[in-house]
Amino acid sequence: MSEFLKYPGESSNDALSPEGKAQAHTRRVFLFKLAVGLNAAVGAVLAVPLIGYLLGPVSRKKANVGSWISVGDVSEFPVGQTRLAEFRSPVATFDDGETAKVPCWVRRVSEQTFQVFAINCAHLGCPVRWFSESKLFLCPCHGGAYYEDGSRASGPPERGLFEYKYKIAGNSLVIHAGDMPTLATQASCKEKPLVKIQPAMVEMRSTTWEG
Amino acid sequence: MGRLKQSGIAAYEWLEHRLGLIKPISEAAAHPTPSNNASWWYVFGSAATVLLILQVMTGILLALIYSPSANEAWTSLNFLNHNIALGWYVRALHGWGSDFMIAIVLIHMVQVFLFGAYKFPRELTWIVGVVLLLLTLGMAFTGQVMRFDQDAYWGLGIGASIVSRVPFVGAQLVHLVLGGPIIGGATLSRFFTLHVFVIPGLLLAGVGVHVWMVLRHGVSDWPMPGRLVRKSTYEREYHELVEKTGMPFVPDAAWKDAVFAASILFAVMACAFFFGPFGPSGQPDPTIIQTAPKPDFFFLWIYAVLAFLPPALETPVLLVVPVVAIAGMLLLPLIASEGERHWARRPVAVLSVSVIAVSLGIFTRLGTYTPWSPVMDAWSSDAVPVKYMHDRSPLERQGAMVLQDKQCRNCHELDGAGGQRGPALDSVATRLTEDQIVRQVLQGGGNMPAYGNALNPSETKALVKFLMTLRGNDLQPAIDASRELTRNRQVQTEKSQGAPIAGQKP
Repeated sequence: MSEFLKYPGESSNDALSPEGKAQAHTRRVFLFKLAVGLNAAVGAVLAVPLIGYLLGPVSRKKANVGSWISVGDVSEFPVGQTRLAEFRSPVATFDDGETAKVPCWVRRVSEQTFQVFAINCAHLGCPVRWFSESKLFLCPCHGGAYYEDGSRASGPPERGLFEYKYKIAGNSLVIHAGDMPTLATQASCKEKPLVKIQPAMVEMRSTTWEG
Repeated sequence: MGRLKQSGIAAYEWLEHRLGLIKPISEAAAHPTPSNNASWWYVFGSAATVLLILQVMTGILLALIYSPSANEAWTSLNFLNHNIALGWYVRALHGWGSDFMIAIVLIHMVQVFLFGAYKFPRELTWIVGVVLLLLTLGMAFTGQVMRFDQDAYWGLGIGASIVSRVPFVGAQLVHLVLGGPIIGGATLSRFFTLHVFVIPGLLLAGVGVHVWMVLRHGVSDWPMPGRLVRKSTYEREYHELVEKTGMPFVPDAAWKDAVFAASILFAVMACAFFFGPFGPSGQPDPTIIQTAPKPDFFFLWIYAVLAFLPPALETPVLLVVPVVAIAGMLLLPLIASEGERHWARRPVAVLSVSVIAVSLGIFTRLGTYTPWSPVMDAWSSDAVPVKYMHDRSPLERQGAMVLQDKQCRNCHELDGAGGQRGPALDSVATRLTEDQIVRQVLQGGGNMPAYGNALNPSETKALVKFLMTLRGNDLQPAIDASRELTRNRQVQTEKSQGAPIAGQKP
């Protein structure tokens, strides 16, 4: 430590001699403190835009990330069947490569009504697969199961499959896609509550033959 | 010759006069340490450091070729494996080095814990060590993302789904983790930044602080039952011990560190050479959904725990338990900074380590064969065993067809083949009566979906008739005891010509 800065900030220390107190109040000490303050101010001015850059993905002011995109011709989806469709994410950027491709399950309920389910399991986002014979979606990760209408059947998910909003534009089925669907960022289905714990059908087990 | 030696000394003195580091470092290396800790139990920390250096070096070599772009990462890994001379070997060294590093860091931690070496005055050394463990695990997770294949892609999805459970700021956190609304180029770039710049920087700085404190306080002496740590006396006792039995760390104690580090490096090289690099598995194309994503070995236990948590408990457990566990590890030396160090006098410590180790072991083991996952192709690949088709009526055989066709086998085993999510069906009729099977199939429950909408009445009839034939080794079929009771009671009621009294035994 410098000879001249032996007691910075200790001017209120009564144990110091008057000379010591005076030394803590030299012009150089004052200028040094001023310079520290100046650096703090410059640092703050520097930090604000850098933090803004870092938090860019968070502060994106698009409440409705994404846009409408076609998943194919309506005629590709026979009534009463559930089929895998894919589209290129409308929010993909220049170096997303294959990860920009998004699969989804399209269920045609009737001539004009569809259900478009996200591929991601509502539990932890693994890709669910459709089994037409047992009319179930099964997840390979932890065994989440959903009925054909996307509602929760069994396993660890606490709700049904995420659904995309859809409309029929001319001959093509158009869905609204953006965020990767998770419990907090659903596939643009703002109508549904964010976290909806659907009752599991476990109370069945409390019958005497199981106990 | 004498002149050569003289000029060598002159060169050293020229350098040291300007650098001023060689002498203090060699003095620090030769610092006296109590002879009782020159033990094979004290070699894990230095081995972890050596592995970190191996990881840094192989990582730099991989960065010469690897392309951290979602478009090219997977291709560049395959290029490393197949087109670059010895690229596969450097990848294998980095992958196996990572597994060995986590293992050695965990062993080091357990050793320090059981030897009570975290107690005064080494509390902060332990706290920095816990941070180093978390950084090491952070390297492992981000490293798994670098191997940008199917598992990495869906692993990121799992990570995003976990942070999406944080209340209020879940969506913002998802976007922060992914670097955008979807898993893509921005995601890989930020995990690359973490894996290559941020975490290694923190890790190297942390190791520096950790080693500095080891030198400052000395390597902990061998614990003895009954020799208690007291803040007022410990440092004096330690210095007396050093003065009495001290020997230079280098070379008298360090030769064991060096031998162990060399054998660990040799083990990494052997694994890399004989078992090769990890992946990459399938390309990170989310439209290829025929995949069962799985994390790397050291995260399998988390994957298993997530399968067993009940839905309503999952979010609280995911958000609370890690915080409590990490806080507990960080606060441990502050809570127990004095007292007994020897494991023989610390039964709670030994029990905690045993319970945690056995639990992690069991969950990891379960994670390797995922009994909770449906076997997606069992219905078409695992036939009904022939012995279950012998002497069956046409209706029962039809039921076996229904069993296969409706994918029951994906979750239920027959003769050891099929999924393990539900119970094996080999002796189902000894556990459930016909009525109960009908109810279970149609309504589901107990973690089984209801099949009422997927089966028509004739299919249900056939399926249940077939299931009724599955009685293991010709065991007694299940009977409905209550039906027998009501029949008796009816008889009794008819006899006494009166209304039955509630609770009366027939």
